[in-house]
Amino acid sequence: MNKVVQMLLVLTGIGIISGGLLATVDNWSDPLILANKKAETEAAIFRVLPEGNSYESVQNTGFELYRVRAKNPEAIGYAIVYEGNGFQGKIRLICGLSADLEKILALEILEQVETPGLGTKITESFFTEQFKQLEVKPKIEWVKGVEPSKPNEIQAITGATISSKAVVSILNNGIEQMRKLRDSGGLK
Amino acid sequence: MKKQVSLSQEYLKGVWKNNPILVQLLGLCPTLAVTVTAINGLAMGLAATFVLVMSSLLISSIRKIIPPQVRIASFIVIIATFVTIVDLVMKAKFPDLSKALGPFIPLIVVNCVILGRQEAFASKNNPGRAFLDALGMGSGFTMALLILGSIREIIGSRTIFGLQIMPDQFEPWLIMILPPGAFLTLGLILGLSNFYSIKKAREEHESIISHYKRVGREELIEELEVK
Repeated sequence: MNKVVQMLLVLTGIGIISGGLLATVDNWSDPLILANKKAETEAAIFRVLPEGNSYESVQNTGFELYRVRAKNPEAIGYAIVYEGNGFQGKIRLICGLSADLEKILALEILEQVETPGLGTKITESFFTEQFKQLEVKPKIEWVKGVEPSKPNEIQAITGATISSKAVVSILNNGIEQMRKLRDSGGLK
Repeated sequence: MKKQVSLSQEYLKGVWKNNPILVQLLGLCPTLAVTVTAINGLAMGLAATFVLVMSSLLISSIRKIIPPQVRIASFIVIIATFVTIVDLVMKAKFPDLSKALGPFIPLIVVNCVILGRQEAFASKNNPGRAFLDALGMGSGFTMALLILGSIREIIGSRTIFGLQIMPDQFEPWLIMILPPGAFLTLGLILGLSNFYSIKKAREEHESIISHYKRVGREELIEELEVK
């Protein structure tokens, strides 16, 4: 057989079979992967707003935002997914905010690539607990080495100051965006 | 025609004598990067073994119709297909593990252990031998990753497979779960494994010499000829 024809045939054949196989696997796995992602988001929303009962996505915001309701139709708050730069890469977090945007209800770090053992402490509860009931007006401040004295202060982790500061500034940026959105009527 | 080795030898050479990590030092990038915990090492090893075995079987079965000019391209397409299948299945069924291994599953495509075995072995041998060779190399790879991951997890975070085994008084060595820990551990394991191989080789050497001294030259030649 002609070498060129054989080369073409073999490569095309392998390509077609691979493509077909991958399409089949993808067909099977795609809904499962989507369901996993959805379950993950849902679990995170209800972890930061434990009193929530149902949620809906708020569209056209430029970031992920969910309005969460309890059993009564009043919105009890918002779950905002926001990301920004950490020490080495992106930090992505979800934060439960009260409906009047005055207080953080809870915080959870979703994704981070901080230094293991140092920066990764931002995911531990002793750090994220500090954000519960934290006032965000005018913005969140951080202190180092001393106990926080004001209602809008948190204590940065020793050895992970940059990561701690990054979390604070991501939150401040996200809340700033929320306020802009509220003032322009985007939350209605 | 090169000398055929026994089937068990075909499998075992990948586990010990030609271990892809400990002897050939291939595929070090995923080895060093993912072995922060034992489960990561095991999962990475099993994923790579699956890809290796499937690609070796397939490539060895169609080795006669692949023209040599396009063999590398064919190998890569076949390997990439299996890797993508593994990646999708892990994302669908084991999302946590898939997150922990991150980009290193897709990167199995360029793992030189896998392409190396296709080029050096599967494309020249029948599917049976290719299967054993791939399984052996895969077992060796998995074993090395599991050992590396276990040591780093025990010393670096006091746990193994997520279970705490070291007492609270033991202060975890942070360096072990950072990149330098990977190099340190791998270096020490390599040293240890070389120490034993050299010792074993020397013992064999000495036993031949002492045998020679005992039986004398003529008998030894006779013995070798009988063999």
